[in-house]
Amino acid sequence: MKYLDEYRDGKIARTLAVEIAAVAKRRWVLMEICGGQTHTIMRYGLDELLPSNVELVHGPGCPVCVTPLETIDKAIALALRHDVILVSYGDMLRVPGSNSDLFYVKAQGGDVRIAYSPVEALKIARANPDRRVVFLAIGFETTAPANAMAAYQAKREDLANFSMLVSHVLVPPAICTLLSSPHNLVQGFIAPGHVCTVMGYQEYGDIVRDFNVPIVVGGFEPVDLLEAILMLVRQLENGDRRVENQYVRSVTYQGNSAAQQILKDVFEITDQKWRGIGTIPRSGLRLREEYAAYDADRIFNLELITADEPAECISAQVLQGLKKPTDCAAFSIRCTPENPLGAPMVSAEGACAAYYHYRRRAIAS
Amino acid sequence: MVEPELTRAPVLEYSVGTPLFMCLAIPGKILSAEDNDGLRVGRVQFGGIVRSARLDFVPEAGIGDYVMVHVGFAISKVDETEAQRTYALLQEMGALEAELPPEENESA
Repeated sequence: MKYLDEYRDGKIARTLAVEIAAVAKRRWVLMEICGGQTHTIMRYGLDELLPSNVELVHGPGCPVCVTPLETIDKAIALALRHDVILVSYGDMLRVPGSNSDLFYVKAQGGDVRIAYSPVEALKIARANPDRRVVFLAIGFETTAPANAMAAYQAKREDLANFSMLVSHVLVPPAICTLLSSPHNLVQGFIAPGHVCTVMGYQEYGDIVRDFNVPIVVGGFEPVDLLEAILMLVRQLENGDRRVENQYVRSVTYQGNSAAQQILKDVFEITDQKWRGIGTIPRSGLRLREEYAAYDADRIFNLELITADEPAECISAQVLQGLKKPTDCAAFSIRCTPENPLGAPMVSAEGACAAYYHYRRRAIAS
Repeated sequence: MVEPELTRAPVLEYSVGTPLFMCLAIPGKILSAEDNDGLRVGRVQFGGIVRSARLDFVPEAGIGDYVMVHVGFAISKVDETEAQRTYALLQEMGALEAELPPEENESA
């Protein structure tokens, strides 16, 4: 298939890497936001193809990783109730809460079910009218419209035993927070392709203007990412600062208007806590007042529990691109995907898990 | 002549029906589309496998069109070339099965 070669062909990739090296005269630090992009970079060793003066640091774009500890603790508290069926995307089960995780609760007899789609959570609620079904609705802008649709349908059907524990995060406020940090080193961003498929990239123009950084919307394949890096380095070297779209085959400026409409109808913007980063103003979504009857936070009157990450875990710095997973003393020794200290080691999208799977040999040498 | 390939590490193993990447979407071809009491539901073909998926967010897409599906919902329409290419990439990444909706998925 000729299409495959075009985006993963080693020769094209190396040609792009050579071009990046030729264009990059100074040292540049770039960040990819999305965990799927981090995974591609590590899997194909793209960082090793780049010249040493172009460094990639990894961003907070793994929804499982940034879901706050309190949300996990709330989900565990719900799953321990005999009247509740907790429905979750699979990756969340092994994320450590303060004292336990959902997988352990399930093993102890808690009714925790894995769903691929929020539509399945609705189905479980319809099939179990005597139980209270709570869907753990996490994700970035890519996933939020599907989760919004579940709430919309539940209300429409008057599905009284369904609710959602919502922990949605938004990309642009997170970029602003990273850029506002006195420790920030990032000079250009690769924006996440599927978040922008839904939202478009109109929101990123303000960030470029306010912080004087270039942003390029990028895809998920090796050549996509190298192209995005080349576009960023060109802008930086030329003194340009603007939004560009590398991932034109999926992303438009306006994004998906039908998906954006249901987001507006069901959710409203709220302050949101990010695991490892803290509270970011106006960086999350919560159910609107009209959907209060479907808001697990309100109907279960969930007690707020706060707790810190294990002292040894440096995921806070990893999620902000301040440290690499391999800077952690526990990495691959006391912290592994089987026995994670922090969330970035759990999810395939987490930077620590990506390094663990693809870069352990480099640590040993 | 075989072009040099990028070096790749072996794929990760994940269970079927659990999204491997919350940011990815899988391309498929729409075989049917119907209005189910205001909800738009379709049968979508992913390679050799057919699953139901929600088409509410792609009102412009019809039978024969290719869409990117994320957690059971189509989020964009793409051209056939793009769809086939992405499909093969997911397959190679070992993420294909994980990104597919489970068999008995009922899409409304």
